Amino acid sequence: MTDLKTLPIEPNLLIEMYRRMLTIRFFEEAIFDVYRKGWMPGLAHLSDGQEATPVGVCMALRADDTITSTHRGHGHIIAKGGQVEPMMAEVMGKVTGYCRGKGGEMHIADVSLGILGANGIVGGGLGIAAGSAFTAKREGKGRVSVAFFGDGAVNQGLWYETANMAVLWKLPLIYVCENNQYTEFTHWKKLTAGEGLAARARAMGMPGVEVDGNDVVAVYQAARELVEAARRGDGPATLVCHTIRYGGHHVGDPGTAYRTKEEMEEWRKKDSIQRCERLLVESGIFSPQDIEATRSEIEARTQNAVQKARQDPFPPVEEVQEHVYA
Amino acid sequence: MSTRELTFAQAIREALDEELARNENIVLFGEDIGAWGGVFRTTEGLYEKYGPDRVIDTPLSEEGYIGMAVGIAMTGMHPVPEIMFGDFITLAMDQIVNQAAKMRYMTGGQVAVPITIRATMGGGRSSGAQHSQSWHAWFAHVPGLKVVVPSTPYDAKGLLKTALREPNPVLFFEDKVMYHKIKGPVPEEEYLIPFGVADIKREGKDVTIIALSRMVHTALAAAERLAQEGISAEVIDPRTLTPLDEETLIQSVCKTGGAVIVDEGYQRFGVTAELAAVIAKGAFDYLDAPIERVAAMDVPIPFSPPLEFATIPDEERILQAVYRVLEGRRAP
Ligand SMILES: Cc1ncc(C[n+]2csc(CCOP(=O)(O)OP(=O)(O)O)c2C)c(N)n1
Ligand SMILES: [Mg+2]
Repeated sequence: MTDLKTLPIEPNLLIEMYRRMLTIRFFEEAIFDVYRKGWMPGLAHLSDGQEATPVGVCMALRADDTITSTHRGHGHIIAKGGQVEPMMAEVMGKVTGYCRGKGGEMHIADVSLGILGANGIVGGGLGIAAGSAFTAKREGKGRVSVAFFGDGAVNQGLWYETANMAVLWKLPLIYVCENNQYTEFTHWKKLTAGEGLAARARAMGMPGVEVDGNDVVAVYQAARELVEAARRGDGPATLVCHTIRYGGHHVGDPGTAYRTKEEMEEWRKKDSIQRCERLLVESGIFSPQDIEATRSEIEARTQNAVQKARQDPFPPVEEVQEHVYA
Repeated sequence: MSTRELTFAQAIREALDEELARNENIVLFGEDIGAWGGVFRTTEGLYEKYGPDRVIDTPLSEEGYIGMAVGIAMTGMHPVPEIMFGDFITLAMDQIVNQAAKMRYMTGGQVAVPITIRATMGGGRSSGAQHSQSWHAWFAHVPGLKVVVPSTPYDAKGLLKTALREPNPVLFFEDKVMYHKIKGPVPEEEYLIPFGVADIKREGKDVTIIALSRMVHTALAAAERLAQEGISAEVIDPRTLTPLDEETLIQSVCKTGGAVIVDEGYQRFGVTAELAAVIAKGAFDYLDAPIERVAAMDVPIPFSPPLEFATIPDEERILQAVYRVLEGRRAP
């Protein structure tokens, strides 16, 4: 039993974390449904199961901090304050989407919220994140930049090139590796030599910290320490969050051929949302009724977003040549 | 208007200097561009003047610092990364093609990417196959990128200043053979040259020679020899590939009835092919002979001088191409 006095964070913060994690979960489940019904073009990469990582990290950020995201980016965007309505519209290719339907499921951005885009090139956003950190340092207002990426991106050269410059120039850059155990269909240990990215980060001369990526409070606390150090001018750091995606690599992959049932059952026991609900109830912040009410509210909003996006128009074809100047 | 003679390198340095002074959000990145002044001296003195925070010596990480430049541009500054030898730009290809070129479009116009990538080009220095190539055509193929290929100190300065005020990614190609060899008049007063405006470097009426970068000078030398033979060649420099001033090229060929296109990039699928297509369509009824292309031979660039010079367009190859055009001309 956790009581309020020993709760390591503010109750309101925990409630907000819970709401954002739930929003991600319902959003991803809704997209799966939208995809199966044929209401969206293309594919989708879902992050249900991983919610605690983006939420724990982003709750440690200020509004003017920036993030870069990945092909599996919906969670990062919601965690940084993205709204489900323009997200859902973007997924469906509608003109009301964040990127007017030009980005799509893999490229949602809201620059006004500091979301500098999701990236279809694995590891491709690391340069953008380092660049934002460069600008932040020059501005001198304590802003930080966070790069989200998966366990597959740690073997891209760009990580090492930017990490070297970030350490050299003390850039306020936090590398957040979401290790969801698999790079597409292959376990990360078959692809990555040594002890993983945290050890590599330390070898590059920056802190390398590992955390249970399904424990939103633990992620928040670890992120907060690194973010505050970066704000003070201590330079970059790496945070590795161990987690799992419940679904397949994308909506067309059931995710069962390369993972065992037992493995997934173990992970389900560590479900981030259930753990957060338990914490909320045990500490007396929420009653079971509050939990139910919150769930219904967020689920209804997600479903409304689906219905609204379905009715929204596609972009007029005349827009195809807008936003490009050569 | 008072004018002095500057080298190509000095003109570039002056453009950087003026724009660094004008806009404190401009930062230069590159290998040995700072304290050392750049291996081609194009940033000489800028480190002393603007300091290590604006003229930044980078590690040998072309993908890394060009990638950073994309993020710097997206957060409101104007980075100017330099690629010492244009050949090395291959290491940064993803960041240029998949990131810089597309960010504005993919975000539905939310973000501008003001980044000016300076890269060298050009062979003829016995630098071997990995330090001599001219890769400007690759980038002209990519929607979202503006490609500038200046030929004179005057154009280089005016176009670079425009690039440094442009809110979109620009690839600025400097022929390293011209840096210290080509001198030309540059006004003391400030001026800018807009993109997408070709320049007629020499007027003529019998044949049009379109050339860019250092090849403009080779074409002008060829035109001078043709003049002695009583042939009047018009030499046109497109100056920017994207945007391209199609109209000026087409009008000239409509006037002369013949076209020779010269470029130091590779011939196949290259700049000469694209320009030939533009002219074939726009001036079809006025062409009196097949369009001639003179470009780099499609082989890796060899080291040994007689081999290397055999691969690069020269005056003689341009003359022969002009003769073929004139011979191919049907009797009226
Ligand atoms: C440069 C690049 N290589 C390959 C791919 C194809 N691809 C897309 S996602 C992916 C796996 C990425 O794994 P990870 O970084 O662990 O992220 P996760 O999918 O687990 O979230 C691959 C190989 C790609 N998009 N970009
Ligand atoms: Mg993974």
